[in-house]
Amino acid sequence: MNDVLKDTRDDHVVIRDVTFRRGQRKIFDGVDLTVPRGKIVAIMGPSGTGKTTLLRLIGGQLKPDTGVVEVDGRRIPQLTRSELFEVRKSMGMLFQSGALFTDLSVFDNVAFPLRIHTDLPEDMIRDLVLIKLQSVGLRGASQLFPSELSGGMNRRVALARAIALDPGLIMYDEPFAGLDPIAMGVIVQLIKTLNQVFGMTSIIVSHDIHETASIADLIYVISDGKVIGSGAPQDLMQSEAPKIQQFIKGIPDGPVPFHYPAADFEEEIMAGQEQRGWFG
Amino acid sequence: MLSALRNLGQFSLDLLEVLGRAGSLWWQAIWRRPRLANAPLLIRQIYQLGVLSVVITVLSGFSIGAVLALQGYNQLVKYGSESALGLGVALVLVMEIGPVVAGLLFAGRAGSAVTAEIGLMKATEQLSSMEMMGVDPLQRIVAPRLWAGFIAMPILALMFSVVGIWGSSLVGVDWLGVYEGAFWSAMQDGVDFKSHVLKGIVKSVVFGLVVTWIAVFQGYDTAPTSEGIAAATTRTVVYSSVAVLILDFFLTLVMFNF
Amino acid sequence: MQMRTIEIVVGAFMLAGIVSLAILAFRVSGFSVGDSAGTYSVYAKFENVGGLVTRSKVSIAGVIVGQVAEIELDQKTFMARVRMEINADVNQISVDSTAAILTEGLLGGKFIGLSIGAEEAYLKDGDEIRDTQSAIVLEELIGQFLMKQF
Repeated sequence: MNDVLKDTRDDHVVIRDVTFRRGQRKIFDGVDLTVPRGKIVAIMGPSGTGKTTLLRLIGGQLKPDTGVVEVDGRRIPQLTRSELFEVRKSMGMLFQSGALFTDLSVFDNVAFPLRIHTDLPEDMIRDLVLIKLQSVGLRGASQLFPSELSGGMNRRVALARAIALDPGLIMYDEPFAGLDPIAMGVIVQLIKTLNQVFGMTSIIVSHDIHETASIADLIYVISDGKVIGSGAPQDLMQSEAPKIQQFIKGIPDGPVPFHYPAADFEEEIMAGQEQRGWFG
Repeated sequence: MLSALRNLGQFSLDLLEVLGRAGSLWWQAIWRRPRLANAPLLIRQIYQLGVLSVVITVLSGFSIGAVLALQGYNQLVKYGSESALGLGVALVLVMEIGPVVAGLLFAGRAGSAVTAEIGLMKATEQLSSMEMMGVDPLQRIVAPRLWAGFIAMPILALMFSVVGIWGSSLVGVDWLGVYEGAFWSAMQDGVDFKSHVLKGIVKSVVFGLVVTWIAVFQGYDTAPTSEGIAAATTRTVVYSSVAVLILDFFLTLVMFNF
Repeated sequence: MQMRTIEIVVGAFMLAGIVSLAILAFRVSGFSVGDSAGTYSVYAKFENVGGLVTRSKVSIAGVIVGQVAEIELDQKTFMARVRMEINADVNQISVDSTAAILTEGLLGGKFIGLSIGAEEAYLKDGDEIRDTQSAIVLEELIGQFLMKQF
């Protein structure tokens, strides 16, 4: 665990003491985490803990109330709009829904960032798009429209689009959610390949323990707005902390209670009977 | 009593907040003028908002013109002044009904489509992903729609008026037998380009702006769920219809009375 | 749909807008190009214009030759000063012509009728017609009629 964490000389993303609230609700309360360059880092935690929000903070779509968000040494919240758009060219993001543009074909979806951000001639863009589609195995589907794709294919196309500009950092928002085992295996394999072949720093937000643990170099577990544990997958598996144990083993009741906060069960049942007494 | 007052205050604050957000969206988008490279986007939106609304606008214009001629004829013939039929119909269409009804149809046909489309883009994270690709959705999605509404709406209102006048002439001249020369010359005599036609065009431009603004904002501001989109689409139609009617009153007050 | 098709359709749409505008301008509001370009201004003072408005017709022998462009009060004489725009091709109106404010039918709108004089000199831009005849105000006529009766 130590060898991963200690190497802070080349951190791609640094988050220091970030707090973020939405309305009255505190989503993050002093989150610290670092993403070393070239590694696969997973951010895990129960649903509704703001994992996606964290990605949006890194991408600059949201600003933290306090704290530091740095990507490549640049403080994201302080950037102007145009600087931010510049920085985003070196980030890719795979959205949970894929977020393909429904009015464009698969080919045009992948070509979109290239056409916007580069002045490459059309035949070169064509080659690049076909290379990206080949790498996700969907070159044959280039003329289909997003509505004609299955969920897994949709996400693969979105992945091809996310890596179109060869970003140094790629963020995956719930990449395994709602996929059949084969499609899931394909995505796992792709994330791993992209990381190994192109050296892309990868951040995975997920709650699928096994798939994530199989490829991550480093895992952060977030709960109640804080990082409650971090380390290499095998270290985390052996962690003693009850919250982490509950999450990893999927125990229904524990520090995260099974019951939503409510009045005493017996009292409420009795109260209901009393009320019915008047009419029934 | 006190809580009613508090609710009123809260409501006013909420209203101001929404207006503020809508205003800043419009302001930010309108300065991101469609550049030449983005012209295809604008053309596509003029197609979506304008061309696709032509059939409903022309049909409504024709039938309203025909009805105006029928009703107008029945009243005017009592005073033996049916030669003023063309004038009456043309004035009413050009100054009021053309811009207003075309505006209402535009709100129902184009406004709701814009809200649903943008809302869906938001719900499926297309807007977010665009931002993450370093592409400004205000420039790529919002601005072309605002400009397209600005351009398409006056054209639709003009078509409405012209088709309406044509419909009224078919009913009035060809069917009810108003003398053709009198029908057109009374119209040409009484309708002034600057003080009637142009003011009608100004109205339709304002309606186009306001309807697309409301539609775009409702889509952009919607809760990214299917219920949210449904509610936002309804709000677009209701708000923009009411806005058209209220604005019509004030525009008439300002332009025709001072 | 193909982008090219959309472009063509949108072009047709814009063209339809322009055609509509042209129809409203020329067919509906009787607007004609160069109306003010090919005109010259002639002035006339009246005791009472009673109902004459800008854009009222100016006619000679019942033929429309121009329109009223401006009506203002002359603060010295307290008469109404009317500026007429006469079509440039009607350029042989003699300087001693008469301008009268007439009514179309019994209750119709007012217009200016010009009666041509005998002089050989013609009115030029900025000239004034001296001989004028004010509008007949119906109430005054009735008043006079009643006065004569008693």
